Amino acid sequence: MANPLCIRGGRVLDPSRGIDRVQDLWIANSRIAGLGEDAPADVRSHPQAEVIPVQGAVICPGLVDIHVHLREPGQEEKETIETGTRAAARGGFTAVACMPNTTPPLDDRPRIEWVIRRAREAGFARVHPIAAVTRGQMGETLTEIEDLIDAGAVGVSDDGKPVRNAEIMRRALELTRGLGVPVIQHAEDPDLKGDGVMHEGWTSTRLGMKGIPDAAESVVVARDMLLAELTGGHVHVAHVSAARSAEIIRRAKGRGIRVTAETAPHYLLLTDEAVEGFDPRTKMNPPLRSAKDKDALLEAVVDGTIDCLATDHAPHTDIEKDSDFDSAPFGIVGLETALGIYLKALVEPKHLSLPELILRLTVNPLRVLGLPGGTLEAGAPADLTVFDPARRWIVRASEFESMGRNTPFEGWELPGAVLLTMLDGRVTYRAEAVPTTAR
Amino acid sequence: MIGTRKDLLGLEDLSSEEIVSILDTARTFREVLDRPIPKVPSLRGLTAANLFFEASTRTRLSFELAEKRMSADTVNFQTSGSSVSKGESLKDTARNIEAMGIHLVVIRHQSSGAPHYLARNLDAGVINAGDGTHEHPTQGLLDLFTIRERRGKIAGLKVAIIGDISHSRVARSNIWGLTKLGASVTIAGPATMMPLEVERFGVRVARSVDEAIEGADVVNILRIQLERQRSTLYSSLREYARVYGVTSERLKRAKPDVMVMHPGPMNRGIEIAQDVADGKHSVILEQVTNGVAVRMAVLYLLAGHKAPDESAAEPSTTEPKKTHGEPSLHPRR
Repeated sequence: MANPLCIRGGRVLDPSRGIDRVQDLWIANSRIAGLGEDAPADVRSHPQAEVIPVQGAVICPGLVDIHVHLREPGQEEKETIETGTRAAARGGFTAVACMPNTTPPLDDRPRIEWVIRRAREAGFARVHPIAAVTRGQMGETLTEIEDLIDAGAVGVSDDGKPVRNAEIMRRALELTRGLGVPVIQHAEDPDLKGDGVMHEGWTSTRLGMKGIPDAAESVVVARDMLLAELTGGHVHVAHVSAARSAEIIRRAKGRGIRVTAETAPHYLLLTDEAVEGFDPRTKMNPPLRSAKDKDALLEAVVDGTIDCLATDHAPHTDIEKDSDFDSAPFGIVGLETALGIYLKALVEPKHLSLPELILRLTVNPLRVLGLPGGTLEAGAPADLTVFDPARRWIVRASEFESMGRNTPFEGWELPGAVLLTMLDGRVTYRAEAVPTTAR
Repeated sequence: MIGTRKDLLGLEDLSSEEIVSILDTARTFREVLDRPIPKVPSLRGLTAANLFFEASTRTRLSFELAEKRMSADTVNFQTSGSSVSKGESLKDTARNIEAMGIHLVVIRHQSSGAPHYLARNLDAGVINAGDGTHEHPTQGLLDLFTIRERRGKIAGLKVAIIGDISHSRVARSNIWGLTKLGASVTIAGPATMMPLEVERFGVRVARSVDEAIEGADVVNILRIQLERQRSTLYSSLREYARVYGVTSERLKRAKPDVMVMHPGPMNRGIEIAQDVADGKHSVILEQVTNGVAVRMAVLYLLAGHKAPDESAAEPSTTEPKKTHGEPSLHPRR
């Protein structure tokens, strides 16, 4: 047995089993050995056991982000699989699902296999690729969906763009129906979006900016609910931003339609008023919406209409983002600020308890993708996150592991400093102040 | 106050006092323009760059004239033929401006907020000469100036703005300026050209042109900007002219001494009938003349001069009166 490790004195939160208590967590041979007295005696009494003291911190299953852009292959000036997963580890994430809008897109088996291999070599997080729905994400011809899922893809999406053609959406839902994976929709009507750059409302009116109405998202969500009902397939709605979309999803769930949904941190904390200074770091798609939308999303997260909390981590270079608003690309980074923002938006105002938040950052996204894990049960891979919910920190993009510095939260003070992230029992991130001691 | 500002980016940012101070200063310069030799040395030694990333004739000429009347050195930079069309970023443009030691930058850009980007990145003073569909503050100021010169006041006047409000930076700057100075503003135009929640500007939305013109002191007619429009917004110019065109017949609903304004260039026979454009109510050419004076005032104030003291103001024979001290030759840092 390799040296066992004891994470000592933390509050163990394992929402998958309803556990919330202060206890030592033992790790041996890359796996969870057990909690406190439940860990095998030979682990607990091992003479070379090491101890990481984390009194006052929370120990939870490794966080899972269902929606990131790792940019590799083809856009390595923005991010690579290595830098993106380093950023994930620093943000407390042990698994990410990456979108296929790379160059070229992830639309064939060798590329899916390549991403999985590159991520294993890097070793900072589990990377679950999402395959394209259509070849080249051109919206015209289906990819070899069943083969791509067999190769290791965990869902299909043309993210960055919507699956515009309803017939193709229907067939993708039929093909994935029996595979236990969702079709992930970037819900957007391209005609209604037009050349809009921000939410359409009073702020866009005042700033003279081209608007993207909330209906650009909601009409596609509504259509997809009907297609999910028609086919029995599973639609997962990416980055829900609008109150009306949430309402449509809530009703569809009520009717038993197979739909799940995610949102992203910025939609819960910022509104379109943040665009006021024309700062391209407030430009993303879908755009920051009204205060009403923000409030409705908080409610939808609380009542479970929105199942999981993602980031839509979208790194871009400073060159691209340091420009006038119209010229800048859509998207902001999120992996290294997500936990703090979710704590600030959801837990501090008491919309959710800490275990309820962790559920939406671990088990729920995994279940959307049909994946196991998200537990600290003995025998499970030791993927875990330790963070101090009370410890506050300042966001400094210059300290990011991500190559993308495009965050609207620069300079914000956030709760929930990540202290330690482990993947298969290996440390993938450790804050400077966290020591290891002999037992 | 305006004299302490580095930039003029929009009328939304200005207080009514600042606007009035610019208008007062403009009056002094308006007198300069009527002299046999309409030139003052106020900006001697300063260099102004006119950066036009979007086609413009009259605004560019007006700024250039204003700069030359004040003895500034001027350089012009237009998209066609410049390195911008070769993909140079606004950031590099800004750096080059800085490297050339330019003091005042006049920028027109197709992207709303582009002047704000330059203002953040340059020590030079930045004047917005029209950004996307956001603001065109000097047009707003010259419209206010023209109204005030004729009527002696702005407060209490009824102003109708007719046309494509969504895509009009002239409309936004006019609305901010007019409402800050106490005018009551009514707008009219096709429903597809009315931005969401437009009434929050503090304007009334009329159901028809006739309703908007009823009893108006001023009718400001916007150019129908075909180049900005998607075909989904309106069917045809023929229909537009019939439903929204301002004709002398329609103008009868306004006050007998109504002022007809247009920022130019006009589409005669479309948003404005020929006889209205050239008729006795038209102040359109006055707007053009006043534009130079207003831009002189803005340049003067941003270059770091205090507004000429009203009480001390006298018909100057050399240049606008300064309250004290030598004019700074360098803009505020």
